[in-house]
Amino acid sequence: MKSLAELQAIRDKARANVALRKENPNAARVLVGMATCGIAAGARPVLNAFVEEIAKRGLSDDIVVTQTGCIGICQYEPVVEIEVPGEEKVTYVKMSPERVAKVVNDHLVNKNVVTEFTIGAYTE
Amino acid sequence: MRELSLNVMDVAQNSVRAEASLVTITVTESDKDDNLTISIEDNGCGMTEEQVQQVIDPFFTTRTTRKVGLGVPLFKMSAEQTGGSFLIKSEVGRGTVTTASYVKSHVDMTPLGDINSTVEILIRCNPDIDFVFVHGTDLGSFTLDTRELREVLGDVSLDTPDVLEWIHAFLEEQTQIIYGGVN
Repeated sequence: MKSLAELQAIRDKARANVALRKENPNAARVLVGMATCGIAAGARPVLNAFVEEIAKRGLSDDIVVTQTGCIGICQYEPVVEIEVPGEEKVTYVKMSPERVAKVVNDHLVNKNVVTEFTIGAYTE
Repeated sequence: MRELSLNVMDVAQNSVRAEASLVTITVTESDKDDNLTISIEDNGCGMTEEQVQQVIDPFFTTRTTRKVGLGVPLFKMSAEQTGGSFLIKSEVGRGTVTTASYVKSHVDMTPLGDINSTVEILIRCNPDIDFVFVHGTDLGSFTLDTRELREVLGDVSLDTPDVLEWIHAFLEEQTQIIYGGVN
């Protein structure tokens, strides 16, 4: 059974690491569109896939996964924006959980934007 | 929406935008009564009677990025298509309660789906807001109250990976119990 005592242990461990986590100005942000359009198009499994892939690679302290609203391109949902400090924001469209590993590996780890999943590839 | 849990996630975003500090999500399922009721209660800015009428209109939205607002209308439709009911009670300055009631055995019933995932994402993405999640079945019920977790955690944020993992495991464990070990 999950107990509050376990949570206390987590707190103590987190306090020891807090400097690492909170003061990381270079943390990248993964923003998943979570308005009605995004949710209906499958944003939730995409967000979960990002969380899992990032945790699997031990990058949870360097990359923050969070939600954003509708940015007005509902036909391209699920939309994911990636913000890496010092670099231009990249908008990925029509995302799926299957595409997540490639985006994490190529873009977030190796700094190569996955052009074929970006909005540019659809609108050009 | 393929799952009611997605409707819940969507409508709960309205509470977030209404600057609520506490959002209570209650899911009560009963095979005995052939009913499933979902309520989302917040202490956000609330709405006037006129605004309540507007939000059930799909062509009304407070957003400026698009012209439709489908969150609440889809939630309402999901309940009414099963012969259930839908109600919004709201008071300016006090908050809003949205309640959808379903006839579980109806052919047009949408499955509840992964409600735990909805709760986890809401907490992950809004670590400064408190969430209370109550889930009950004929076999029993459980409550996850982030205010209680915060008391233990002190200055450690709810979106700390290990805390989120604890929440995930807690929800999974408790859900198994209220579904009688079958989920």
